Amino acid sequence: MISQFFVLSLRGDNIVFRDYRGDVSKSSAEIFFRKVKFWKGEEGEEAPPVFNVDGVNYLHVKHSGLLFVATTRVNPSPALVLELLQRIARVAKDYLGVLNEDSLRKNFVLVYELLDEMIDFGYPQTTSTEGLKSFVFNEPVVVDAARIPSLGPAAMFIPGSKRVPGTAVTKSVVASDASGNKREEVFVDIIEKISVTFNASGYVLTSEIDGTIQMKSYLTGNPEIKVGLSDDLAVGVRSNNNNTFAPDYSVGSGVGLVVLDDCNFHESVRLDDFETERALTLVPPDGEFPIMNYRMTQEFKPPFKVYPVIEEKGPFKAEIRLTVRADFASNITANMVVLRVPMPKTTTRVSFVLEEGAVGQTTDFKESTKVMEWCCRKIVGGSDHVLVAKLTLSQEKNLNIKKEAGPISMTFTIPMYNASKLQVKYLQIVKKTKSYNPHRWVRYVTLANSYVIRT
Amino acid sequence: MEKVWRGRWRGGRSERVKAFALIAKVSKSLRARSRAPSLCRHGLLKLTSPPRTCPLPAAALTAFVSSLNIYRFRSCFPAPFNSSSLRTPPALTMNADNRKGELVDLKSQLRQLAGSRQPGVEDIKRELYKKVISYMTIGIDVSSLFSEMVMCSATSDLVLKKMCYLYVGNYARGHPELALLTINFLQKDCHDDDPMIRGLALRSLCSLRVKNLVEYLVGPLRSGLKDGNGYVRTVAAMGVLKLYHIAPSQCTDNEFPAMLRALLLNDPDAQVVANCLCALQEIYAAEVNISPETALRDREHLLSKPVIYSLLNRIKDFTEWAQCLVLDMVSKYIPSDSDESFDMMNILEDRLQHTNSAVVLATIKVFLHLTISMADVHQQVYERIKAPLLTLVNSGSAEQTYAVLSHLHLLVLRAPALFSNDYKHFYCRYSDPTYVKKLKLEMLTAVANESNTYEIVTELSEYAANVDVAIARESIRAVGKIALQQYDVNAIVDRLLQFLEMEKDYVTAETLVLVKDLLRKYPQWSHDCIAVVGSVSSKAVTEPKAKAALIWMLGEYAYDMPDAPYILEGFVQNWTEENSAEVRLELLTAITKIFFKRPPESIKMLGAALSAGLADAHQDVHDRALLYYRLLQQGVEVAERVVNPAKQAVSVFADTQSSEIKDRIFDEFNSLSVVYQQPSYMFLDKEVRGPIELVEDTGLLPMGPTTTDDVLPSQLVDANDNDLLLGPSDKEDSIVAASNGSHAYNGPDLSGFDSLSAPQRSQSAAFPTPTPQVATTPAATSTSLLDFDDLLGLNTYDVSTPAPSSLKLKAKPSLDPQAFQRKWGQLAVASTVDHTLANVAALSTPQPLIRHMQANLVEVMASGGKAPTFKFFFYAQAADSPPTSGFFLVELIVNTSTASSQVKIKADDASLAPHFQELFLATLGSFGF
Repeated sequence: MISQFFVLSLRGDNIVFRDYRGDVSKSSAEIFFRKVKFWKGEEGEEAPPVFNVDGVNYLHVKHSGLLFVATTRVNPSPALVLELLQRIARVAKDYLGVLNEDSLRKNFVLVYELLDEMIDFGYPQTTSTEGLKSFVFNEPVVVDAARIPSLGPAAMFIPGSKRVPGTAVTKSVVASDASGNKREEVFVDIIEKISVTFNASGYVLTSEIDGTIQMKSYLTGNPEIKVGLSDDLAVGVRSNNNNTFAPDYSVGSGVGLVVLDDCNFHESVRLDDFETERALTLVPPDGEFPIMNYRMTQEFKPPFKVYPVIEEKGPFKAEIRLTVRADFASNITANMVVLRVPMPKTTTRVSFVLEEGAVGQTTDFKESTKVMEWCCRKIVGGSDHVLVAKLTLSQEKNLNIKKEAGPISMTFTIPMYNASKLQVKYLQIVKKTKSYNPHRWVRYVTLANSYVIRT
Repeated sequence: MEKVWRGRWRGGRSERVKAFALIAKVSKSLRARSRAPSLCRHGLLKLTSPPRTCPLPAAALTAFVSSLNIYRFRSCFPAPFNSSSLRTPPALTMNADNRKGELVDLKSQLRQLAGSRQPGVEDIKRELYKKVISYMTIGIDVSSLFSEMVMCSATSDLVLKKMCYLYVGNYARGHPELALLTINFLQKDCHDDDPMIRGLALRSLCSLRVKNLVEYLVGPLRSGLKDGNGYVRTVAAMGVLKLYHIAPSQCTDNEFPAMLRALLLNDPDAQVVANCLCALQEIYAAEVNISPETALRDREHLLSKPVIYSLLNRIKDFTEWAQCLVLDMVSKYIPSDSDESFDMMNILEDRLQHTNSAVVLATIKVFLHLTISMADVHQQVYERIKAPLLTLVNSGSAEQTYAVLSHLHLLVLRAPALFSNDYKHFYCRYSDPTYVKKLKLEMLTAVANESNTYEIVTELSEYAANVDVAIARESIRAVGKIALQQYDVNAIVDRLLQFLEMEKDYVTAETLVLVKDLLRKYPQWSHDCIAVVGSVSSKAVTEPKAKAALIWMLGEYAYDMPDAPYILEGFVQNWTEENSAEVRLELLTAITKIFFKRPPESIKMLGAALSAGLADAHQDVHDRALLYYRLLQQGVEVAERVVNPAKQAVSVFADTQSSEIKDRIFDEFNSLSVVYQQPSYMFLDKEVRGPIELVEDTGLLPMGPTTTDDVLPSQLVDANDNDLLLGPSDKEDSIVAASNGSHAYNGPDLSGFDSLSAPQRSQSAAFPTPTPQVATTPAATSTSLLDFDDLLGLNTYDVSTPAPSSLKLKAKPSLDPQAFQRKWGQLAVASTVDHTLANVAALSTPQPLIRHMQANLVEVMASGGKAPTFKFFFYAQAADSPPTSGFFLVELIVNTSTASSQVKIKADDASLAPHFQELFLATLGSFGF
């Protein structure tokens, strides 16, 4: 099992270092960092999460700008170690409210307390935020969440969403408010990462939604909660319809049917009512955890369409015209929409023409990587936006300018929108007293995972 | 440099000042609360002096401190070194003098606090301890504070206690004499009323790792295992393992393993059970080296039915990590019958829906191992686990994706046919890191088949234009590999040639290497390829591998490329600037070959090349030049026979990894072996590796020395192989044995075909291979993946092809090569037929036909030849005949260019021969439809 655990900052400083078995040299952190930083390989590849140096296996995950690392001399399950590292990061976040270098440095003794209980002699013990509470005696020193750039999926809710108090998601599970009262609330987030590839003629080649229903509970007494999902939810269709034998549920079963390819559930979830009412019953433990992950390849309407026009305009000149159409309701606004277009390598200069009255749009061309970037801070549903990029090229003739530019990749965040149409219908707290009515938040967000438009 | 500079600057601020500042702040807040205006700055500074001179009014402090909950002590002191100085760790910045000074400072402060019973002193201690621990974390040796730290640790403050435990655990091993100091208070704490303190103390006691303190450990450990509190027992179980690592004999002599075994079955606390399990597993694994017999017996006991069942039945009580542990052990258990296997699978079915990938993978391992001898169920397992794995691949972080994808990769490579419809899931995503993309490319290559090749190659071609150069390269290689796998590759060749038109250096380089490989397998396409290769400017090619490939093509296809000699001449002129020996070797060979073909244009260049080669500092280059020189002295014809004999197309390129290794990796499913794609013995240190279950090499070697060059021996083994998971390694063994001493190419005549009757001949006819690019790999090394594919495919083939006659064939007849050879010699030819076969025209390797015949119960004994002529030996057996008779033997010669075939049939029972002939020809006729 694991010999050491340590957390490094991106500069390579040791923030937390715990040796469990004493069979790996103390300089392992240094060896690890050097290896990761100067990972050999062609053209600056990233180090894989698992590698071996002189008989020592190093496993790491990157989380919130920190490197969580485990070393071992034996042959463990990589999934187990990586999941464990991820879990340690999550538990730390639960306790510290915000996970970053600063908060970790200020609370390292608390983190040691946690590590002591989470791992013994290299074997994982209890990692539930709940179960660890009785072993933690340090009060977290809370860092100011507003000052630091927020990280993690929860962060996206803070801008532009007035419904949710900003501090809620960065609250420690053990810290109490100034008044001493704990605010009774529970958050359920439906986070969907969408991957879409369009071919050059705008046709969708592949599309997939990877969704997570995440819960974060601050309820005292851990009451049972019932989460009701869409009634028209269907699970377990064969992962593709190329197979002619597989029944094609998406046709003829009516619009609006949500068909998941597959899903998995958190351990605490009971599925007694899932078949009949599409409801998940659980006693939520403290801290943040995924109730359910799901995957969907059923066709859906991509939220953005991009129409690129790439033309040669005489010697040494070319023009790229990008039109972005927001294909969703006008009461929804997408945040931080960024388009990146690799330019032909002969490009020397680019001048941009923004549409008239453009607000909150920026453009950039990076000479070293030959990539242009167009960033729109906000895009309202139903609107169109156009950018014209005028390229100056170092070659007179550019025969396959179309091939050399692209593919366009896009990132965005759309709060209160979900591509799969999977809904949380209700969030029922199974508790008798009528006076008990904690705040319940259900939030949706759609993110671009891999949104590629080929040219 | 900047860091050092900044550090100096920081170091300049004396730590003493900081400590004072801290105390000053303490005072400020105290002053505010206790309304003690008399506490002046000067007075507070005196706090660092012995406590008896401390001017703090004790009453005020007590009042203040008692107002706070000691356990949930909210640090009211804004700790100065936490917030500021720690941001740049002193370890990296402090110079030696300052550090030393700082430690001396800490030491004296701790010493002063040690005896103090002042209320509130705990908080100052906390801050000091924190500082010590933070130094420890960043690697500063603070062991010199050991005795002070221990002295200060007599406290009831849990936070302090824990920090002290941490400190002691870290340094005890290096300072055994000092560690003795801690024993007393640790032992005392082991008897505390609070189970948590008992547990913590016991854990620290066991973690000291000091050999001569072991005697103090045994007692607390024993009572810990019997403690009424689950937490203490959990700690104690792990403590036994720690004890074992310090002093194995003490551990076993005190019967600790036996106590753990009792707890394993009976303890109500699941975590205790889990810790017992990991302790026992580790202890037994290590004991194997000391007393193998008892250890093996104990291990067996651990894997016995009652233990396994008691664990399985309460699987949901365990934490997810303990579940992994249990599942890993269950995967080693061998159930008595298939019913038991199914029961276990039913119990574990819902574990496949877990959000934790480690649990799911551990469950999959159990499923795979349980069904290993049930081919059809095993295949169902593949189908069942596909969806959960794909969900996990996409739901976690990139690192989790990598771990899961590595396992999916392994499964895909083992049974590509089962995943051929899922290829779209293996498309690279823009956001995937390089290490994930690389795995996906390999999976795409593996699942490519007739129906999806077009789409896969289209997708891969998109990646070739990728900004990520590493991925672009890999994509081109993937296209090439698919081209080499498939039968109809015209379209792919077109793509490769389009890559050359992209005019990116690395794309061109990769493509050249692939075109070369393609030509070696499909010489018939030389025209299309050469036309494009000829247009590549030799100056644009810089990478050695690509250069070597280009030079090989120039030498090989000198007739088709008018200016080949002149391009090569350019290379010769730059001989001295050419750094790569590989390229120079290739150049020598190519020029010599071109000399045989177009002597007038190349004789001068040959002289120049040979003399340059003879003068070369590289041993291989020099030797090759000398060899050619002497061969040419023997006569041009002799030289040509050696240097440039007619080549047989390479039918299958060698797999880089033997199937034996692949099997080992599969056995080690859900471990790092899968990620590294290496069995564990290749990357683990021997000492810590522990006992490895050595798999007996049960390689069946059905073919003796009678096997010869042109046969595809893997086919021979297939006949014996009706078990999905017999494992390719067994096959591989026999292949390797069979191909020993065989060579890559033979004379152009068909003499090799007669080799079954005259094996010696072809061996003497073969020449050693002087050129490196001509594979020294025997054609025989057929990929075992292919075989696996076949085996799985068997289930989908229509086995009951309606036979046109009454004759029924036996499924899986078995006949070894010796018997075949004997029969062939003994039996007379029952019939000879010449037959027209329009459907074989597309045949470029024997395999498709072999597969077709096998699907129809006709097995292959041997096959060989190159387009357009192939030769096969088939055999089949009539159903319901005894094992040794009722065989039909067939020799089939196929000529694809004339679409004709010649069939020679021999039969044990000559009366059945006409029926069999009818059946055989019908089967042959249905090929390709």
